[in-house]
Amino acid sequence: MLLVGCIALLLGWTGIGLAGLLRPRSVVLAGRFLFPLGALLGFALAGLAAASLLGGGIERLIVPLGLPGLPAHLRLDPLSSVFLVLLGASSGGISLFAGGYFRAGEGAPPGLLCLQYHLFLASMGLVLIADDAYSFLVAWEVMALSSYFLVVTQHRMPEIRSAGFLYLLMAHVGAICLLLSFGVMQGGSWLFTFAAMRAAHLSPGWAAAAFLLALIGFGAKAGLVPLHVWLPEAHPAAPSPVSALMSGVMLKTAVYGMLRVGLDLLGPPVWWWGLAPLILGLLTIFYGVLFAAVQTDMKRLLAYSSVENIGIVFTGIGLTIVFAGSGMKAVAALALLATLYHCLNHAFMKSLLFLGTGSVLHATGERNLGRLGGLIHRMPWVAWLMLIGTLAIAGIPPLNGFVSEWLLLQSFLFADHLPHEFVNLLIPMGMALVALGAALAGYVMVKFYGVIFLGQPREASLAQAHDCGWLERVGLTWLALGCLALGLFPLQVIDALGAVTRQLIGAVVPQASPHWWLLAPVPGRPVSYGPLVFLTATLAVVLLTVFGVRLTYHQRVRRGPAWDCGFGAVTPRMQDTAEGFGQPIRHLFQSFFEIERELPAPADRAPRYRIAIRERIWRLAYEPISGAVERLANTAARLQQGRISIYLLYSFATLLVLLAVALLS
Amino acid sequence: MTPLPLYHQLLDACAALLLLLSFAMLSQRRVVTLVNLYAVQGAVLAAATLLLAWRTGEGHLYLSAALTLALKVAFLPWLLHRLIRRLEVYWDTEPLLNVSGTMIVGLVIVVFAFALAQPITRLTSTATRSAIGIAVSVVLLAFLMMITRRKAMSQVVGFLSMENGVFFGAMSASYGMPMVVELGVALDVLVAVLVMGVFFFQIRERFESLDLHHLESLKERE
Repeated sequence: MLLVGCIALLLGWTGIGLAGLLRPRSVVLAGRFLFPLGALLGFALAGLAAASLLGGGIERLIVPLGLPGLPAHLRLDPLSSVFLVLLGASSGGISLFAGGYFRAGEGAPPGLLCLQYHLFLASMGLVLIADDAYSFLVAWEVMALSSYFLVVTQHRMPEIRSAGFLYLLMAHVGAICLLLSFGVMQGGSWLFTFAAMRAAHLSPGWAAAAFLLALIGFGAKAGLVPLHVWLPEAHPAAPSPVSALMSGVMLKTAVYGMLRVGLDLLGPPVWWWGLAPLILGLLTIFYGVLFAAVQTDMKRLLAYSSVENIGIVFTGIGLTIVFAGSGMKAVAALALLATLYHCLNHAFMKSLLFLGTGSVLHATGERNLGRLGGLIHRMPWVAWLMLIGTLAIAGIPPLNGFVSEWLLLQSFLFADHLPHEFVNLLIPMGMALVALGAALAGYVMVKFYGVIFLGQPREASLAQAHDCGWLERVGLTWLALGCLALGLFPLQVIDALGAVTRQLIGAVVPQASPHWWLLAPVPGRPVSYGPLVFLTATLAVVLLTVFGVRLTYHQRVRRGPAWDCGFGAVTPRMQDTAEGFGQPIRHLFQSFFEIERELPAPADRAPRYRIAIRERIWRLAYEPISGAVERLANTAARLQQGRISIYLLYSFATLLVLLAVALLS
Repeated sequence: MTPLPLYHQLLDACAALLLLLSFAMLSQRRVVTLVNLYAVQGAVLAAATLLLAWRTGEGHLYLSAALTLALKVAFLPWLLHRLIRRLEVYWDTEPLLNVSGTMIVGLVIVVFAFALAQPITRLTSTATRSAIGIAVSVVLLAFLMMITRRKAMSQVVGFLSMENGVFFGAMSASYGMPMVVELGVALDVLVAVLVMGVFFFQIRERFESLDLHHLESLKERE
């Protein structure tokens, strides 16, 4: 019954999208009516999926649509339910925000955006409930195409078109790998339902091949290094609600796919499969956070931060498979739990941050951190709500980012009993990398928030910045509340996620503490975390300090300029900049970056400092590949002579050769 | 050696005529004559079909013969003549390969076609099976003609002649294709010629000539 409800809601999204075409240029219809309606459907979907998750059952349905002989199989189980909750709840906030965000005159008309946006949502939902490879891939491609059109909303700018092309290219490379992976997984039965794939017995070599292909396919969508190159291009190009949806939700559909294939369809996993996502995930964490630290464009910074978070998630997936393959079910469940929890967290906090940058962009027209600053006075709503997101993604308790990273570190700590010597050596290094990544993420977020919202405005035009509208505020508030709730009530979330770990691993994470507010996931070890306690203590300290200061303070306020060391000509441009803040990282990890720098001469009257940081991976991997493709294409283009006689000669020669072959055989 | 029955001899004569006409078309540079040769080829084809129909008593072969007569002897040549008059293309320019060279290539192709037809001839049991080699030759020679000509009009005639070869091949291998297929092919040919007629006008309007080398400018530049 719940599944039917979900399908109805997905159809509802499609209907809302089509309704946008009734008056494609009307901002009022799309913004004030259709997008909020879509948000309501999102909340309803989250509710239905949550009910299914708590029930823990599996529902199946066969809809007579699709290929002859292969009707669309749909299935709602705990794993899809978790991701449907994620999709519904976070897209609800994003849709509310989008209702206030899209305006006329910015690229594509709002009605068209409404159609693409809701098709994007519906296709993501279908990906999550598809139960055969055909419907899965069709939904997957609809998702890629609709998001492509959303990315190139402002298609008149050439750099946005090229960013869109890069995204589409990577999406298709990934889709080809998925196609091949499903082709391997059907195992000679030629039945492409997931049920047949579960039943197929693959030889170890083929199973590993299917896993690897799926890792490449889903990794390209998720942004796993070295397939992450489209993220820093596509996210800044897309309108902010679209970036939020892509980063917050779409990347998670790839995680869903990876979990579905690795832990469900391929049967009991082999432990060494997990090493690939584990190592790539660790690499991705480190790589993403380093590049985030040196960005000066706020949306690029967030895109690299998404790469880092995807790294955390894939590290979790890798650990889960290593543990599950080694027969350590309890700790595998813990690692899986951390993975799922981090997906939920990231969906809320990254959507919140991307939407916030959208508000800043609308208010100031600037994406460059070097021209922002001091916006907390002009945009208090956005600034305070984004503070929650920033703290959460930096992994500060009692917010949600801390919980999942803590759980992941706990599962690393658990790993010293692994029966594989080399992996035992790898685990502490991995843990150190995760911890380093978390610390650097904090550094990045200090830079992100500090440069945008704190200090003095760096440009005079920032004085005209205005706060966002009420619909946008509602959307942002919803997402911030999500961050808070996920941070403060981890036990309840873990309880709900238990159905998934039971389904995929066959074990649940035990609750070792008798208290409802104290999280103690590892029995027999003195590790526990009580976010409410932490919050209470922090609040008490802050309130006591405020109270104490008020009590002893003499209440006489005098405003004057800050002491400028006698220099006398301090301007807002003398504040620490994004480049300056990132400089230590750039210096320490110089060999990772390809830096192009222009320094002004000492006697320059109008000095300009310019720095461009590129990824070495372009030169090392992508440019050789694209060069080879181009050379090949040019060689093939010599066939195109432009003369009909030559073309006819081609056909004639082909015909003669084929006939000769037929004659000789 | 017993002499072949008369109808068989006649059929073989028709086949030989078809091949001869193909060579004639290959060497002919006047477009008007080319169309006339095509019409004669159609007439020979119709005669052969009629002969075969009378001999085998297959009803649908009479219908094919009538169709061939109407379409390939009367309607299409008339259409092409009208096009030639209106477009004023009476001569093709110098072919890409000179006539004697083309003829030699044609001879090689005929040998190849007969070699090719041998296994098919052995498999079939129709009275006309010896003509299969000729049918394949007609197809390939028409193809060769399309390759060597510069004017769009000659290429259309080559295309039509190729269809004649296919038709003759089907007839000699299995007493004709099923009626539905035959009707379909006839309709295709008709439509193709009409569409190409429209194209001719468009090409001439754009390039003020029907010479196809102008189309080379459509190639993508680097």
